[in-house]
Amino acid sequence: MKTASKLEKILSQGHFVVSGEVGPPKHANAEEIIEHTVMLKDYVDALNLTDNQTAIVRLSSIAAGVHVLQAGGEPIIQMTTRDRNRIALQSDLLGAYSLGIKNVLCLSGDHQSFGNHPAAKNVYDVDSLQLIKIVKDLRDEKRFSCGEELKSNEPRFFIGAAANPFADPFEFRVIRLEKKINAGADFIQTQAIFDMDRFERFMAMVRERDLHKKAHIIAGVMPIKSARAARYMQKSVAGMIVPEAIINRIEQASDPKAEGVAICVEQIKHLKTIEGVAGVHIMAVMWEDIIPTIVREAGLYPRPQL
Amino acid sequence: MNNFEPQIIAFCCFYCAYSAADLAGSMRLQYPANIRIIEMPCSGKTDERVLLEAFEQGADGVYVLGCLEGDCHFLKGNYRAKRRVNKIKKILDEIGIGGERLEMYNLSAAMGPRFAEIAREFTERIRKLGPSPVKANNCLPGAAARLENT
Amino acid sequence: MIIAESKPLAEIAALIKNARKILLVGCGGCVSVCLAGGEKETGILASELRMLRQVEGNPLETIEVTLTRQCDPEYVEMLANHLTEDIDCIVSLACGVGVQFLAERYQKWVVPALNTKFAGGTVEHGVWEERCGLCGECILYKTGGICPIIRCSKSILNGPCGGSQNGKCEINPDTPCAWQLIYDRLQALDKLDLLLELEPLKDWSQSRDGGPRKVVREDVKLD
Repeated sequence: MKTASKLEKILSQGHFVVSGEVGPPKHANAEEIIEHTVMLKDYVDALNLTDNQTAIVRLSSIAAGVHVLQAGGEPIIQMTTRDRNRIALQSDLLGAYSLGIKNVLCLSGDHQSFGNHPAAKNVYDVDSLQLIKIVKDLRDEKRFSCGEELKSNEPRFFIGAAANPFADPFEFRVIRLEKKINAGADFIQTQAIFDMDRFERFMAMVRERDLHKKAHIIAGVMPIKSARAARYMQKSVAGMIVPEAIINRIEQASDPKAEGVAICVEQIKHLKTIEGVAGVHIMAVMWEDIIPTIVREAGLYPRPQL
Repeated sequence: MNNFEPQIIAFCCFYCAYSAADLAGSMRLQYPANIRIIEMPCSGKTDERVLLEAFEQGADGVYVLGCLEGDCHFLKGNYRAKRRVNKIKKILDEIGIGGERLEMYNLSAAMGPRFAEIAREFTERIRKLGPSPVKANNCLPGAAARLENT
Repeated sequence: MIIAESKPLAEIAALIKNARKILLVGCGGCVSVCLAGGEKETGILASELRMLRQVEGNPLETIEVTLTRQCDPEYVEMLANHLTEDIDCIVSLACGVGVQFLAERYQKWVVPALNTKFAGGTVEHGVWEERCGLCGECILYKTGGICPIIRCSKSILNGPCGGSQNGKCEINPDTPCAWQLIYDRLQALDKLDLLLELEPLKDWSQSRDGGPRKVVREDVKLD
């Protein structure tokens, strides 16, 4: 065990992990986060807190992570390199760890042009791979990114990274994943999977390189509420592939929501059979209360107790 | 306003409009005497500065006559003229002169009657618009001191 | 070269609204080539401003001078002969460098007529694209001659990010993904191994982040 992370412990014990996601609110009240944590903590092993996702100003992921912690959940704070330079990133890592947060997911973040402050200046002093390396060096080398030694009380994060098997160039995606693992990623959460064939091909390449033995790969799934939402993701969300067959199923269903849940459960059951998949990450955007149903129906309840 | 006789400059491509003007003359076709014709080697030679200068020097309306699209003697001169005219129309709108005081027309050397028709049509348009606001505000600016590259 | 484009006419007009006589200074360097601030554009702007003010009933007198370059003191000096007392304002049609050189040399109010956009080149007549981020420490030898710092929307050094799809950047379907371009080029040159190593943190102190930069060449100094 590299860290005191509960997520690391569950993964290292070989359990098929379930993580969820909570988007912090666009205001300064944490009630929603606490409610979601209380509702989900028995159904997921960890909860991601997004960092101003789609570049929209929200309650900070670190603060949200602390609320999750206090409500009895296991937070994974997301950290993007869009808004902070290496000084601020390292400072926030120290701060987050001091508040009891043990997991961090390193991302480059959505470009600010997507959000509600398109006139903002982005930072991108470092990229997501470099951030992984920074977090690892703080933990394992006990030094800051400038090389200066961190004499004591280094932050010992369980380090996460993202992988998107649906972005291009496809052949390079596994190589980039390997670069992230070499940089220090302990676990990987993938983009939401709809194109299972492509994901299978991706995992075959992952196994060829033994990457599943070097990091825990958690597959992303996303329950879809309506055909319209599916169509939107297919057309308008970059780095996402939504096959026509899935949209057709939801379109033809008498109860689209139930069909969306059914598809998601099928996907999870299928993912469990793929060698090298260590868990699922359920991204139920604005539909967090469906997570318990999905976890139960996928046969993943109850969750392991430590 | 009824007595207003607009001053109009027509930049005419040598290969089409200038010959069409000749033809209109030979055919004894009537068109307004308000038009001052300037022969251009190609409509594409009509520089933005020339168009602006015409207005600055007191023209109430300006138009450019080029060959039918696809028939430019220099292949693309008339398309380029059209882009420039469109750009200057926007500038004239911004200045407060009005882009409708500038136009681009296409015709061939054989279209004498069309030449006369355009002249009548455009003169009528400008007559309705009245004098150019540049001129209306009196005092034509003295020739701007233009110092060449020092 | 430096690519610039004209500010909107109304903005320039507002900048000189209290002036009765202005000196418009064109530049024969980059902005001439990118058709933003050369002799011709200076003439057009002067004519526009004069007519605009004529229409407003508040005539404006203009003088036009186009210097070979506004970023060299030798040429900037040549403006001295034209700068009479009665000139209220200088309008520079150069990039931001030229504007500042004029302002440093002359005790007159200098305003920019252009927005300085980027360091780039002409990809076709009338189309200019950004190519160099002026980061101060060139890494093009690692990326097949394609700059990720300026051509990747996130300036990432270990790309492509998850927003690259079908060769395009997530920010705009018309923007090519720089890292896809890099990947394709390195593949074609059989140098994909360059992408296997983690590119370490960049030293941005060589860039603008280190403060205003200066290059000094003792060997070519005159005294």
